[in-house]
Amino acid sequence: MSIMDMTAVELSAAIKSGATTAVEAAQIMLDQIEKQDAVYNCYVTVDREGALKQAEEVQARIESGECSGPLAGVPAAIKDNMCIEGMLTTCSSKILSNFVPAYTAEAVLNLKKAGAVILGKANMDEFAMGSTTETSAYGVTRNPWDTDRVPGGSSGGCAAAVAADECFYALGSDTGGSIRQPASYCGTVGMKPTYGTVSRYGLIAYGSSLDQIGPLTKDVTDCAAGLQTIASHDVKDSTSIERGDTDFMSALIDDVRGMRIGIPRDYFGEGLDEEVKEAVLRAAKELEQRGAAVEEFDLSLTEYAIPTYYTIAAAEASSNLERFDGIKYGYRAGDYSGLHNMYKKTRSEGFGEEVKRRIMLGSFVLSSGYYDAYYLKALRVKALIKKAFDDAFSKYDVILGPVAPTTAPRLGSSLADPIKMYLGDIYTIAVNLAGLPAISLPCGADRNGLPIGLQLIGDCFQEKKLIQTAYTYEKIRGAFPSAGKKEVE
Amino acid sequence: MANIISDETIEYVGILAKLELSDEQKEQAKQDMGNMLDYIDRLNELDTTGVEPMSHVFPVQNVFREDVVSNGDTREQLLSNAPAQKDGMFMVPKTFE
Repeated sequence: MSIMDMTAVELSAAIKSGATTAVEAAQIMLDQIEKQDAVYNCYVTVDREGALKQAEEVQARIESGECSGPLAGVPAAIKDNMCIEGMLTTCSSKILSNFVPAYTAEAVLNLKKAGAVILGKANMDEFAMGSTTETSAYGVTRNPWDTDRVPGGSSGGCAAAVAADECFYALGSDTGGSIRQPASYCGTVGMKPTYGTVSRYGLIAYGSSLDQIGPLTKDVTDCAAGLQTIASHDVKDSTSIERGDTDFMSALIDDVRGMRIGIPRDYFGEGLDEEVKEAVLRAAKELEQRGAAVEEFDLSLTEYAIPTYYTIAAAEASSNLERFDGIKYGYRAGDYSGLHNMYKKTRSEGFGEEVKRRIMLGSFVLSSGYYDAYYLKALRVKALIKKAFDDAFSKYDVILGPVAPTTAPRLGSSLADPIKMYLGDIYTIAVNLAGLPAISLPCGADRNGLPIGLQLIGDCFQEKKLIQTAYTYEKIRGAFPSAGKKEVE
Repeated sequence: MANIISDETIEYVGILAKLELSDEQKEQAKQDMGNMLDYIDRLNELDTTGVEPMSHVFPVQNVFREDVVSNGDTREQLLSNAPAQKDGMFMVPKTFE
């Protein structure tokens, strides 16, 4: 088996057995990036020298027995909204075009301790605001399955890099579907953990009450390994949660007998592509044949999740992005008169259109006179949505549905109508509002050969049920080709 | 469009958001925000009387820790990111005459 065909966990085992080395693996990934990334544009920054240096150090740690985790020695990509000391971190925005952090995000630090080799920073929608990776200030990322299509977003660079074999796995962030939706469009696995499972320290904030870091991987085993490696309680993140059950690889069990799976009728209504619907329901059928108890139910409130989300996310974004003012870091306008004019010019020149749109909406819904009617109203509806999920999880272990209404859209077809683009988040967004874990994994392809994603949603802290169900489904489904190999099929 | 955003409102939002908009951008912003608020107004179909606003999904309150410095001195690194610095401090434009 060539190195590129290996999963992350397989590669780490091969390195530990001496069949290959961390340096060789890193070199192969860097060669892939060199060969392809001018087309795909998965990366904003590639750290060639740093990656090879890390690989040598990790190889020595593996040989000395100091580093023995399931991902030791494996090259990874990190979404460009996570700080890494000494490495350019742009959030795909002009306003952070020259920002070099003085510290490393806790989740990345956990990966490094476990022997990850960081290849570079993956492209994304500017400040994670978008569903296509087209709002990046550093060019669009192209979907490796069809370069005329978007990879999804906002973690589009991560998903495309995994699909195009330009890394073995990646860390993304998910505020309203930003890991799961690009994973779906690119035929990879992606997981958004329970809120608080992974420290947000060093993650540049968008919607703090919704943001969560998670892995994008080639398969469910790698996903469990990645999540297990990054999950930790961190006093530097006051929303970080202490939980003792982060041995997620123990849930890689090929068995769903007795698993109660609910299919929300609300997720299969108008707007859902017929081929996506068929593939997702086929997956449910297959799990039922393996002994899961599958039934349909009404989740309710689905159509209210998007307006609730955009109110809360915009409000939090308008507050979080106040810090970008041209004083302490990042871009400063060249021509201004006085302090306030400098703030305004810096921000107007530094932020892109979608970011400005959300900052303005957020400023409005938080302003005096509108705060109760919009912001507090959204927080009340959020409570109702959480309650609807609580009711569902009193009956089911797992909720099964699509990730997105369609497969990957064409480049340039989404940004003109923001509300239409926001509607594409309908199946992913409520999960963030309710703080739940959810996983996306491929369950087929449409007539154009584009991957279709299956979403499994669990109750808070029930990642293991998701991993077990996803792992069982993956065994039923069999190997899913990566984009690099699709032409061979 | 039910929500008409006035010139005054968009001016006010520009001040809050610290953004400078051209006339053309203001018109676009008025339209975008109006559309978005129309969409958000759907939430009024739901009766939320007696429902407490939920800011956090878990019942956590204030999280305290000892105020101990755990990171090293990164002053030089931090200052190196500043657009302008002088004598170990961030430099800002004149704030008053």
